[in-house]
Amino acid sequence: MDIRCFTVLIFCPTQFHNLQELRHSASLANKVFIQRDYSEGTTCRFQTKFPSELESRIELTLFEETVKTLNNFYAEAEKIGGQSYLEGCLACATAYLIFLCMETRYEKVLKKIAKYIQEQNEKIYAPRGLLITDPIERGMRVIEISIYEDRGSSGSSSGSSSVSGSTAR
Amino acid sequence: MHLGESMRECEYSQISTRSSTPMETPYKKRTPKRKKWEAFPGRNKFYCDGRIMMAKQTGVFYLTLVLILVTCGLFFTFDCPFLAQELTPIIPVLGGALFLFVLGTLLRTSFSDPGVLPRATPDEAADLERQIDVANGTTGYRPPPRTKEVVINGQTVKLKYCFTCKIFRPPRASHCSLCDNCVERFDHHCPWVGNCVGRRNYRFFYMFILSLSFLTIFIFAFVITHIILSSYRKGFLTALKESPASVLEVVVCFFSVWSIVGLSGFHTYLISSNQTTNEDIKGSWSSKRGKDNYNPYSSGNIFTNCCMALCGPLPPSLIDRRGFIEADAPQMAPPTNGITMYGATHSQQSHMAAATPLLQQQSSEPVIITSSPENGTSLPARASLTLGGPCTSLPLGQPTPPTSTPSLSCHEAADMLPIHGHTLNHTHPLQEQAALHHYLTPEEVPSPPGMLHCGSPLGHSHTVQASFYNPASQDSLHEDSVRGLVKLSSV
Repeated sequence: MDIRCFTVLIFCPTQFHNLQELRHSASLANKVFIQRDYSEGTTCRFQTKFPSELESRIELTLFEETVKTLNNFYAEAEKIGGQSYLEGCLACATAYLIFLCMETRYEKVLKKIAKYIQEQNEKIYAPRGLLITDPIERGMRVIEISIYEDRGSSGSSSGSSSVSGSTAR
Repeated sequence: MHLGESMRECEYSQISTRSSTPMETPYKKRTPKRKKWEAFPGRNKFYCDGRIMMAKQTGVFYLTLVLILVTCGLFFTFDCPFLAQELTPIIPVLGGALFLFVLGTLLRTSFSDPGVLPRATPDEAADLERQIDVANGTTGYRPPPRTKEVVINGQTVKLKYCFTCKIFRPPRASHCSLCDNCVERFDHHCPWVGNCVGRRNYRFFYMFILSLSFLTIFIFAFVITHIILSSYRKGFLTALKESPASVLEVVVCFFSVWSIVGLSGFHTYLISSNQTTNEDIKGSWSSKRGKDNYNPYSSGNIFTNCCMALCGPLPPSLIDRRGFIEADAPQMAPPTNGITMYGATHSQQSHMAAATPLLQQQSSEPVIITSSPENGTSLPARASLTLGGPCTSLPLGQPTPPTSTPSLSCHEAADMLPIHGHTLNHTHPLQEQAALHHYLTPEEVPSPPGMLHCGSPLGHSHTVQASFYNPASQDSLHEDSVRGLVKLSSV
């Protein structure tokens, strides 16, 4: 029971006494998609524009920091410099067999990104009823942020996708 | 145990809500999970359990392979002994190394993912559609082809909307009509290697044609040498008669040299100017289009361009071929009746994956629930998704397996899912699996990190089990609609 309560607390600030309530506690209301920013070419960057649906949910600074950090990670993964050249040449020399044993730099950074996103979700987003999906799962096209609503407080909320998912609490 | 029972109860209750579907009986719920490559919407063939990915037409690839193998085989068998004796044994060694390199790069080019962009999830597509509608101010009929303009390094580039993949193509990406996929930095579709050449395999392709040019010239030169040396002793005609294989090799090499060396030269030029074949053919960055027209991707320096193309970082595959198809994630949709939860139709890659980090941490059930109320839950979403066309005719323009729509549950909202071919049920024309067990190299990233959680199902929490209960429903063609999720393990 504790774990469930804990979940509830993390996920929704209100208290729940049993799982039945919990089950009805939160549901997906909306999804916001942060698109790619191609102004610097084909390198992976996401737009830092703050979507209106999140205005009531999270502070601008936190959001921007998340997106900027992600952008920095991707820039680091795609950076063309000494290390990537070395990796490329070594790979070519070994007929690319080296990738059987070694992880590419990009993959290492992707792991860091996954960890970072998980951490952000745990600390910042989940308590606000939001959830970030790792862009790699969306083909690096978008950062998908799911907005959850506390069903208990909203009754039958209109979770229509065109409207911001804010509920009157 | 207690939980288990209640879980079963929950399952039963879920079943009952989906009355209209011919569901599989509960005891059959543990169906084998399918891998994503089995439900891949493009026209590709997969071998070795998703490790190898090729285009649909591979006949010419086999021809290439045969030509190379036969020519080299003949060279090593008939010419090398003589050359090793008369000249130096380094010749066969060098030839062997070159041959192996050519083969390696060829297989690598042919078998790897060229940089296919996965199709948009229904939610994304709906979101984009909405934005476009808002921008156009039109609804109801199919608007003219959509483009978005972006300024890259001072040059205006038009991004086109792909109707098949439902995404705005990134710059330099193009949709390959043969493979029916959008490919990043699309160069061209090469029938000789049986695959598209794109961002992820361009360097292998270039290495292949470069090394093949060297190999062809090498063989040509040494076979001629062999014939000449032989003819000093025995006379020209005798020499020819004694090794007819050499004649064949010379002929093959002679005809190949022109095309291969030409191609290598062309691609060397493309690499040094950082253009794709596609762009070059269309003249996208040619100064003939306008005096301000220049290539925004080029760094200006030939050496840098070459290094970027050949030694730059190798991005991972964006399509997770070997991951398991997950339970559906909840999708946004207004609840039509206050009853239960939001219906969801979502393609795999779901929410589950997204939710898992949360789950993992809490080691308890995820909080999302979905169930699918009968009435066209995702009605609005549906309407927006399918440009006003009938839902059942997947506007994919692609031969999606016919079984995808059929008896899907009531929810013709069911169509939503199949849109991206994520219908697990269909019998994807799975070809000769294991036809080629040539497992060349494992793909670098078997599955994106985030997915790993889901990839290791069960044993995690009953939630996971609960959500994987869905595969049963998936099997029964439900999947599309909705759901998924999760159930909180009951108290």
